[in-house]
Amino acid sequence: MSHVLAVLEQRDGAIRKVSHEVVTGARRLADALAGGAGVEALVLAAGPVRGADQLGGFGADKVITLTNAAFGLYAPEGYARAIADRVKAGGYGAVVFAASATGKDLAPRVAARLGRPLVQDVTDVSVQSGAVIAIRPVYAGKALLRVRVAGHPAVLSLRPNVFTPVQRPKAGSQETAAVDASRGRVVVTRIKAAPAGSLDVAEAPIIVSGGRGLKEPANFRVLEELAAAFGGRAAVGASRAVVDAGWRPHADQVGQTGKTVSPTLYVAVGISGAIQHLAGMRTSKVIVAINKDKDAPIFKVADYGIVGDLFEVVPKLTEEIRKLHG
Amino acid sequence: MKIAVCIKRVPDSETRVKIAADGKSLDEAGVKFILNPYDEFAVEEGLRLKEKAGTGEVVVIALGPPAAQETIRTALAMGVDRGVLLQTPGLHPDGLETAKALAGELKDAAFDLVLFGKMAIDDYNHQVGPMVAELLDLPCVTTVAHLEIAGGKGTAEREIEGGVEVVEFPLPAVLTTDKGLNEPRYPALKGIMAAKKKPLDIKPTAPGPGALEILSLTLPPERQAGKIVGEGSAAVTELVRLLREEAKVL
Repeated sequence: MSHVLAVLEQRDGAIRKVSHEVVTGARRLADALAGGAGVEALVLAAGPVRGADQLGGFGADKVITLTNAAFGLYAPEGYARAIADRVKAGGYGAVVFAASATGKDLAPRVAARLGRPLVQDVTDVSVQSGAVIAIRPVYAGKALLRVRVAGHPAVLSLRPNVFTPVQRPKAGSQETAAVDASRGRVVVTRIKAAPAGSLDVAEAPIIVSGGRGLKEPANFRVLEELAAAFGGRAAVGASRAVVDAGWRPHADQVGQTGKTVSPTLYVAVGISGAIQHLAGMRTSKVIVAINKDKDAPIFKVADYGIVGDLFEVVPKLTEEIRKLHG
Repeated sequence: MKIAVCIKRVPDSETRVKIAADGKSLDEAGVKFILNPYDEFAVEEGLRLKEKAGTGEVVVIALGPPAAQETIRTALAMGVDRGVLLQTPGLHPDGLETAKALAGELKDAAFDLVLFGKMAIDDYNHQVGPMVAELLDLPCVTTVAHLEIAGGKGTAEREIEGGVEVVEFPLPAVLTTDKGLNEPRYPALKGIMAAKKKPLDIKPTAPGPGALEILSLTLPPERQAGKIVGEGSAAVTELVRLLREEAKVL
C-alpha cells in the first residue's frame, strides 16, 4: 500500500489556505488508489505551525511537521532535499504540491531528485489500473492534456481554486520532528510584502479585471473599490494591453503570457476579450462582462453581461455588493 | 561572462488551437511559430549582462525540430553570438527528459549563468529550468523579475502570492525569467543580416521517452454564451440577483 504525500505551505508560521486544497486533492487520489492508501501531509517550518491541527478535517490521516531553524522562509534546496529524502524512504504512490509560486519552484526540484516526471498545474486527477491520470490545461487553457503517469510516485502540482476543500469529521494525528538540514546555496533573505490585504490573482476566489476600456491608469480605482466591496476576497486583474502600457503591474496580468486563473467569479470590465485573454480566464466558474460594445468577444464566454458605460455600471455594482456585505 | 540561454519554438499566443487527427497533438497547419515570449526576457538579460561585463559570450540552445533553426536565428538577430540546435523529431511531454538532454549539452561548458524563460506558452510545463539545475547540481532561482549580479554573486526578486521574495545565490547558477525583468529588444535589420552568418551547430538528439503518456488533447468544453442582463446601471440590481440566486456565487 502506498500513501499519498501532500506537501503543504506555511507563511509566518501559519498554514496557507491553498494547502487545504492540496490535502483535498491528495485525499481524492488516495481514495482512488487501491488498498486504502492514507494521506500524509508534510509541512516544513522553523517551529510549530498554526492550523496544522485542522488538516485532519480536510482528509489528512497524519500531519508531519519537519522543523529546522533554516525552514522559516522558503529554502529551495533545503526543502527539496528534505522532501525528496522523505519520499525515497516512504514508498509513496503520489506526491502532491500546490501549483503556487512556491510549489511550482519546489516540485521540479523534488521530481528531478527522484528521477520522476512532474505534471504541473493539474485540474483533475483519477486512477486507472493503479496508474495516476492527470488533466492539465495547455496553451493557456485553449486545450486540455490528459496524461498517464507510468510508475510511482506520480508527482503533481494542483492548480489553486480548482480542488474545493471538503471538510470531513475526522482528526488526523500529529507528528513533529526536528531535521538536520542546511538552507543550501540559494537563500531567501526576506519577503517584501505587498500592501496589506491584497490578494494574488492566481489564488483569489473573486477577480475584478480591467482592460483598455478603463481609459487611463487612475481609473482602476473604480475596480479597486469594487474589489474592496467583496471584503478581502477579491483581487484586481488586468489585460495584457494595459500591462504592456505600464498601467498595471505584470503580476496582475491574466492571459496566455500572464496568469491562468480559475476563480469562482471573474468580472471583466472594459475588456474586449482577445483570444489570449479568454484562454487565461475561461475556466472561471462564473464570468460577468461589462462592456460598452455589445459585439465584444468577451460576451461570448460571459455567463452574464451588461452592455453599458463601465463608469456608471461599476460604481452601482460596488454599491449593491456593499449592501450585501452590510 | 559566459552565458547560455535555453529557448523554445512555440505557437504564437494568438493561435487558435486545432487538434490533430491523432487526438493527441496540435494541428500545426497554418500555425505561426515564435520564440517563446518568456525566453525573450532570458535572451535580453543574457545580452545585457554580457554588455555590462564588456566581455564574454551568449549562446542559445534549443531542443526541437529542424524548424527551430528559425527560432535560434531570431535570438542571433537580437545579438546572441552563436546557437546550438539539439535536433529531435518531436518533443515528449515529460519535461525531465527535455532537462536531461539540455543538461547533457551544458554540463562541461562551464557557463557562469544558464537562463531559461519561466515556462513555455505551449506546454506550460514550468519545470525544465529547475530540473536542469538539479541535474547539474547548480543553484537555481525561478521566475526572476529583478536581477543584480556582482562579484560572483547575485540577488534576485521573484513574485510570490502577496509579496516578493528577495533571494541571494552564488554563481554559476540557473535562473528562469519572468515578465517584468526587462524589455526585450527587437532585432534590427543589421542584426538580422549578421545573424545569417553566425555559427549554428546542429546536433541530432534523441531524448528518452519519459514516463508520461499522452492519452488525449481535447478542446475545453465551450462555454455557453450567457445572457445579456441589460443595459447600463439599471441592469445591476438584476445582475446581483442572478449572481446570488441563479449562479450562487455571492
